[in-house]
Amino acid sequence: MSMNKVAHPYLIGYRTILAKEVRRFMRIWPQTILPPAITTALYFVIFGKLIGSRIGPVAGFGYIDYIVPGLILMAVISHSYANVVSSFYSTKFQRHIEELLIAPLPSWIILAGYVSGGVARGLVVGVVVTLVSACFVELSVFHWPLVIAVVFLTAILFAMAGFINAVFARTFDDISIIPTFVLTPLIYLGGVFYSVDMLPPFWQGVSLFNPMLYMVNALRYGMLGVSDIESSSALVIIIVFIGLLGAAALWLLHKGVGIKS
Amino acid sequence: MIPALAVEGLKKTYATGVEALGGIDLRVEEGDFYALLGPNGAGKSTAIGIIASLVTKSAGRVAVFGHDLDDDWRAARSTIGIVPQEFNFNVFEPVEEILINQAGYYGIARERACQQAEKYLRELELWDKRRTQARDLSGGMKRRLMIARALVHEPRLLILDEPTAGVDLEIRHAMWEFLQRRNREGTTIILTTHYLEEAESLCRRIAVIHQGRIVEQGGMRELLARTHGEHLVLSLTGTLEVAPVLKGFRCELVDPVTLEVQLPTGMGINALFAALSAVGIEVLSMRNKHNRLEQAFLQLLRENSVDEHE
Repeated sequence: MSMNKVAHPYLIGYRTILAKEVRRFMRIWPQTILPPAITTALYFVIFGKLIGSRIGPVAGFGYIDYIVPGLILMAVISHSYANVVSSFYSTKFQRHIEELLIAPLPSWIILAGYVSGGVARGLVVGVVVTLVSACFVELSVFHWPLVIAVVFLTAILFAMAGFINAVFARTFDDISIIPTFVLTPLIYLGGVFYSVDMLPPFWQGVSLFNPMLYMVNALRYGMLGVSDIESSSALVIIIVFIGLLGAAALWLLHKGVGIKS
Repeated sequence: MIPALAVEGLKKTYATGVEALGGIDLRVEEGDFYALLGPNGAGKSTAIGIIASLVTKSAGRVAVFGHDLDDDWRAARSTIGIVPQEFNFNVFEPVEEILINQAGYYGIARERACQQAEKYLRELELWDKRRTQARDLSGGMKRRLMIARALVHEPRLLILDEPTAGVDLEIRHAMWEFLQRRNREGTTIILTTHYLEEAESLCRRIAVIHQGRIVEQGGMRELLARTHGEHLVLSLTGTLEVAPVLKGFRCELVDPVTLEVQLPTGMGINALFAALSAVGIEVLSMRNKHNRLEQAFLQLLRENSVDEHE
């Protein structure tokens, strides 16, 4: 006699949230998937082909090859963050967060579902940007496990950051302040388009306080085998931040901050 | 017997300092059709919000079918279905998807979730709209969607906060029939409503909440029996210039052909007609000024307001 194996209720709940999140960003693909493809193509045409050809090699690589890892990670960071902050804030705004709060789901499943949704979008966009890159450069991977670990962990970290932003957001303006005034400057100053060796010693020291520098360089090492910093320290930093933000997000959900009265 | 809902000493004070609930006790037996009534701001929605895990309580205990909402929250939440006052679904999702997702949150696998969604969309006459985005539904359909969503995991206790607000008479009656059938099939139902005739015709037991406190709790019949008489509006065949003086009755002339009479508790209506005939007044038709529950409700609020001044 055969018996259908029924999944654990928590697993079903998790899969339901994740599937809903993936359907959401796929349904609005012209807003979520298409723009990074176009932006990346423009970066390659302008910075890679037109300007990059006059810059000359950086760390032994052509400029266009040098910026590929940073552009991929920039897309992963901004989209994993954007997915969770906009989706969870909308859930609060339209009050269908109540569908989850009344259900027999623990906070960690709700957090895992939304973060996984953000990671899924970050990875999909990362793949799209990689495919666009392949149209302009010959891609190479120096260390596959490091590439996978950095992309995956960075997506988790910024999806969690997006979740915390959404918890505190009270208006739609609040979900764009951090990406505009914090994330974008840190990414651009995190060595996406240059090596910190090009900076004066003072600014090299300042750059070491920018966490994006570690992530971009870790991926650059994974793809090209060159880096301004030690890759292991990047992984430690990402994992520590995931732990801190994860604990904060769970505490906020458990206390109902911004979602319960 | 374990009650469907047991609430003890439930208090809620908001961060603003407003005390919404001052320590309420409620006991709803399994199979009850229970009305929770009160004026705006009385604390009904706060109480429901706490039972639904949407509002954090300040003190007290809530148990659903014996499962404590704090210690055994998973079992407690699994037995409750909530229909809130405000629409709270994703308006961009198709109707069927809203139900399937909700079932998923309760740990129901997709195949069975689809069957459950079909069952309740058909019962609530929304099956034809299953692929429609929720934002394109009419107000009555949105109300029915919320009922279907609350039932998709087969809760034993269904709590409805103003379920028929803003729906037309025909749909309201259809919803009443649906809820009565559901109650006969064994679901315990708690209802808040501003339509007191709705509570009177549906509910067997009642609690009245006023300024965060329960001021009355018991059987609907017992409550109605305690009302201090009825207020009748009589249409007269002839005209009057002044209200007649009838012993034992208080009369007020609304216009020359309309007379309002307060009938004291225990006084038969024949006595009123006899008194009217004695002074030559003929009655064309008669109706109650207030619904009986409305009268009892207003009386309770008045009594409790007086108590506060004392």
